[in-house]
Amino acid sequence: MGSMSMLTTDVAVVGAGPAGLYAAIEAAKAGAKTTIINEYVEPGGQLTKQIHKFFGSKEHAAGVRGIDISAKLLGSIDELKVEKRMGTLVWSIFHSNILAIAHNGKSEMLRANKIILATGASENAFAFPGWTLPGVMGAGAAQTLINLQRILPGNRVLMVGAGNVGLIVAFQLLQAGSEVVAVVDALPYISGYCVHSAKIARAGIPILTSHTVKKAYGEISVEGVMVVKVDNQCKPIPKSEQDMKVDTICIAVGLTPLVELAWLANCRFTWVASLGGYVPLYDDKMETTVKGIYVAGDAAGIEEASTAMEEGSIAAISAVESLGLMTQQRAYALRAEAYERLRSFRIGPFGKLRDQGKQFIWRERQKYAERI
Amino acid sequence: MRIKVHPVLGPLKGKATIEIEVDGRRISAIPGEMISSALIAAGIKVFRTTHKKGEPRGYFCGIGQCTDCMMTVDNIPSVRTCITPVSKGMKIKTQYGHGKWEV
Amino acid sequence: MQRGFKLTGVLTDAELHRLPGAPSVERAAKGPVAVIECAEEFPCDPCEYSCAYGAIIVGQPIINLPCLDEDSCTGCGKCIAQCPGFAIFVMNLNYSKKEATVSFPYEFLPTYKAGEVVNAVNRSGKVITKGKVVDVKNLTNQDRTVVITIAVPKEFGWDVRGIERKEVKAYDR
Ligand SMILES: Cc1cc2nc3c(=O)[nH]c(=O)nc-3n(C[C@H](O)[C@H](O)[C@H](O)COP(=O)(O)OP(=O)(O)OC[C@H]3O[C@@H](n4cnc5c(N)ncnc54)[C@H](O)[C@@H]3O)c2cc1C
Ligand code: SF4
Ligand code: SF4
Ligand code: FES
Repeated sequence: MGSMSMLTTDVAVVGAGPAGLYAAIEAAKAGAKTTIINEYVEPGGQLTKQIHKFFGSKEHAAGVRGIDISAKLLGSIDELKVEKRMGTLVWSIFHSNILAIAHNGKSEMLRANKIILATGASENAFAFPGWTLPGVMGAGAAQTLINLQRILPGNRVLMVGAGNVGLIVAFQLLQAGSEVVAVVDALPYISGYCVHSAKIARAGIPILTSHTVKKAYGEISVEGVMVVKVDNQCKPIPKSEQDMKVDTICIAVGLTPLVELAWLANCRFTWVASLGGYVPLYDDKMETTVKGIYVAGDAAGIEEASTAMEEGSIAAISAVESLGLMTQQRAYALRAEAYERLRSFRIGPFGKLRDQGKQFIWRERQKYAERI
Repeated sequence: MRIKVHPVLGPLKGKATIEIEVDGRRISAIPGEMISSALIAAGIKVFRTTHKKGEPRGYFCGIGQCTDCMMTVDNIPSVRTCITPVSKGMKIKTQYGHGKWEV
Repeated sequence: MQRGFKLTGVLTDAELHRLPGAPSVERAAKGPVAVIECAEEFPCDPCEYSCAYGAIIVGQPIINLPCLDEDSCTGCGKCIAQCPGFAIFVMNLNYSKKEATVSFPYEFLPTYKAGEVVNAVNRSGKVITKGKVVDVKNLTNQDRTVVITIAVPKEFGWDVRGIERKEVKAYDR
């Protein structure tokens, strides 16, 4: 590293989705020199391809389209003179305070007093015979094609997964002009919100619960798919196959927190199924087991844009507090307000599981602290 | 196929003003779009074949993670076409196996 | 046959009438009123802020199901385009002697024009009757969510929730 130039900042935010953007805004407001780094050229994270109006609370711009929320947040980032490094990958963290960044094939080192990881999530794969055929793709990948690149992936699509992502992307494929033949899910019920499944049902698209893909077939790309009914143990029921002629199969079977950087920084982890898999341990300040490294948003467990924004704020408030840029009392008060709002999101049939997941992480974090 | 009109995003603004070459065939592309987009718009789905079994692969993750979309671009093998923008006169080749540098 | 919105995405009549967002049968018979078909507790509240008459209440906690104050609701239809879940409809069972109207959000192309005869669909997307477009609204504050009102035979008022999309081929590309 010796000969490489060393850049410096107070707070480095990795990821410019809702969590990262809120974190950067909060840190810059408190007077910290803030740098936000994002791998994709366009900032906004998931928001850049969400053309639908977001549910959520009025304070978090619910009812506004994801693409427009992102535009508004970016305005604040510019006003507050946050340093933006877009199209820039953070590929490692050294000594828990140096970020290795790469832009257009050129590497640089950035020393940051505090690091906030808001790297979001990646799509889970789902293997079945034929799943590597061209024409099978992630639902998010299809969404990037239709909403950012304005390209139709195919004419007839099967959506695998009836969670919110599968239902929303199926609807957006219809809006783009594809035909969606069905949405299938191996679960015996629809896991996404009813408002999304109702839109799909009204459009005349069958949602087949307790169904999965047996195989996809085609010479050099997808020409069709065999869908099969499954029992409660997820075992295929003989003679229940349906042959569907499709040219595209979209996979929406869940997201996993994108946390490679936290692994590289030696953060402790735990497994929380309701939050999408392995997540770093953190406390109520969103600080991981490595001092000065915070996490927020989907990287801290898969949730929603509103919760990602609150967690981004909490992480940034804690970071600037520990930098001495905010009094303990004020930081405490702001965090308490944020947790009050978060509490109202984390109840009910969907929120409860995530709340339990968060509580579990805090307990594990506590245990870890006691062991040390 | 390009989505020319859209109920939320409106009419397509970009114009396919440049040409690129794919395995010797000329196709049009919108400046700034990803190579994979221009290909899919032209109906091309197979981007490479695997080293061992020669199985076809194409666009899968769209964010540079899976490497299924790698092709040989201007003689450089294994370029991820989903995160590489087109440029005028670019020469793209279906990649067989690991591909090779062609100088 | 599976039933219930958790299995099919389609509310059954019993599920619908239990919702705090659904008007009573008596109120609906009187004239225009909102039907809020939002059946699950998740954090969301723009509907509450969209109604100038205070007829939609979510309150705290934010996961509460939206509740319709049916006496305050004028059936103005402002809330339809503001609901990100496309879950609000306005029904006028008193539109004319034989017809009811149903207003719903629509975000597909091509859109429809007033006067067009259309195939009206129910919550499962099944065509159940012919209808006629009586109004198409696309105001700036609707932010690209078009609100279409169609007239259908009165007995279909509680069931019609949309129209068949035009052929995908009709897309101009
Ligand atoms: C189809 C779909 C619909 C949704 N609809 C809603 C909705 O209606 N309402 C709602 O509240 N939520 C919704 N969500 C969820 C919401 O979008 C996410 O929870 C939210 O975007 C998470 O924010 P984030 O900032 O944590 O991550 P993201 O938005 O994913 O942003 C992460 C960013 O980090 C960058 N990054 C990752 N790794 C690196 C690295 N190593 N170096 C540099 N940069 C990196 C990425 O490029 C990306 O820009 C939806 C999600 C999907 C997929
Ligand atoms: S129809 Fe009008 S009055 Fe009734 S709830 Fe909606 S906005 Fe309020
Ligand atoms: S805005 Fe729509 S989706 Fe959100 S709570 Fe109200 S009715 Fe339900
Ligand atoms: S499609 Fe996965 S890397 Fe390009």
